[in-house]
Amino acid sequence: MNFFTRKKSASSAKERLQLVLVHDRTDLTPAQLEALKDDLIKAISNYIEIDPEAVQIGLERDGREQRLVADIPLRSVSRHRAG
Amino acid sequence: MTAQVITVTSGKGGVGKTTAVANLANALAMDGKKVVCIDGDIGLRNLDVVMGLENRIVYDIVDVIEGRCKLKQAMIRDKHYPDMYLIPAAQTRDKNAVSPSDMVRICNDLRPDADFIIIDSPAGIERGFRNAIAAADRVLVVTNPEVSAVRDADRVVGILEAEEKGTPHLIINRLNASLVRNNDMLSAEDVLDLLGIQLIGIVPEDESVIIGSNRGAPVVTDGKSRAGLAFRNIAKRLQGQDVPFLDLDQQSGLWGAIQRLTGRK
Ligand SMILES: Nc1ncnc2c1ncn2[C@@H]1O[C@H](COP(=O)(O)OP(=O)(O)OP(=O)(O)O)[C@@H](O)[C@H]1O
Ligand SMILES: [Mg+2]
Repeated sequence: MNFFTRKKSASSAKERLQLVLVHDRTDLTPAQLEALKDDLIKAISNYIEIDPEAVQIGLERDGREQRLVADIPLRSVSRHRAG
Repeated sequence: MTAQVITVTSGKGGVGKTTAVANLANALAMDGKKVVCIDGDIGLRNLDVVMGLENRIVYDIVDVIEGRCKLKQAMIRDKHYPDMYLIPAAQTRDKNAVSPSDMVRICNDLRPDADFIIIDSPAGIERGFRNAIAAADRVLVVTNPEVSAVRDADRVVGILEAEEKGTPHLIINRLNASLVRNNDMLSAEDVLDLLGIQLIGIVPEDESVIIGSNRGAPVVTDGKSRAGLAFRNIAKRLQGQDVPFLDLDQQSGLWGAIQRLTGRK
């Protein structure tokens, strides 16, 4: 590895730990989180039209608190009307 | 007088728990406090050698629990500080010889005659760890700025919170300032941000720690050692004093000086 282009190891240590710790703390594996996302999309689609591809869901930390954060863009209804 | 019981634990092994206990006890004794150390690492006794007291052991904590001696008989007086004692771990017994309620009872018996009781926890989150935290008024979690140590520390913090032991305080041990500056070691800020608990001390990587253990004379007794100073400061914070954190950049050496001059820090 080239000394000058190599990404500094402390940064990757921190990034990797950030991910590992949220999953350790919540006991939720990345695979389970994916499954949760699919279930959520199914449930929401029963009520309102969404774009499954655009859904983002993840765990965030704030100090020692964990938060499940979802960003679910709705399909624009007005566009359907216009067309 | 009623002692504060402080347990030093970590999750991961080898991060510096025993070193911290020996040094904090010596530093508190230097400040004139009455201190009793308890080695909670049954089967892997170590605090005795680090404190230089291995030749004085007659009875151990399991002898007390099983009634073969009085508590006082298992308390080994330090060579230099007559108000500092060690209750050694049993070397030949397994950790099931001690229960959490035994630890609570022993600490309650010691409380009236001491200022601080410091318990050295074994690594892991098993029985020995449970014993070590059972009587704690305050827990110190030791970690190194390194992925596996930080991850295990986080597990331990989670368990302590779930057990309503309160949020522990963090000791970051073996910080190598030049690696941090070079962005090849997690900084103290990184570790604090990841773990989300309060800091009580940062101890630099320092070869005088090993020299101190070799001699059975913990490094706080060496006035020139930076690790010693860091431990003395933690001891002051345990006594409720507000001591500013060390500027670890002071020990940066030539490379650090060059980086500072060129504004690359
Ligand atoms: N700040 C430091 N600088 C250099 N060496 C250190 C430092 N702190 C601890 N060490 C060394 O690291 C080794 C492990 O320390 P120690 O025995 O205190 O860890 P521990 O957490 O008690 O281990 P265990 O989990 O096995 O009980 C020892 O050789 C010790 O001298
Ligand atoms: Mg130890």
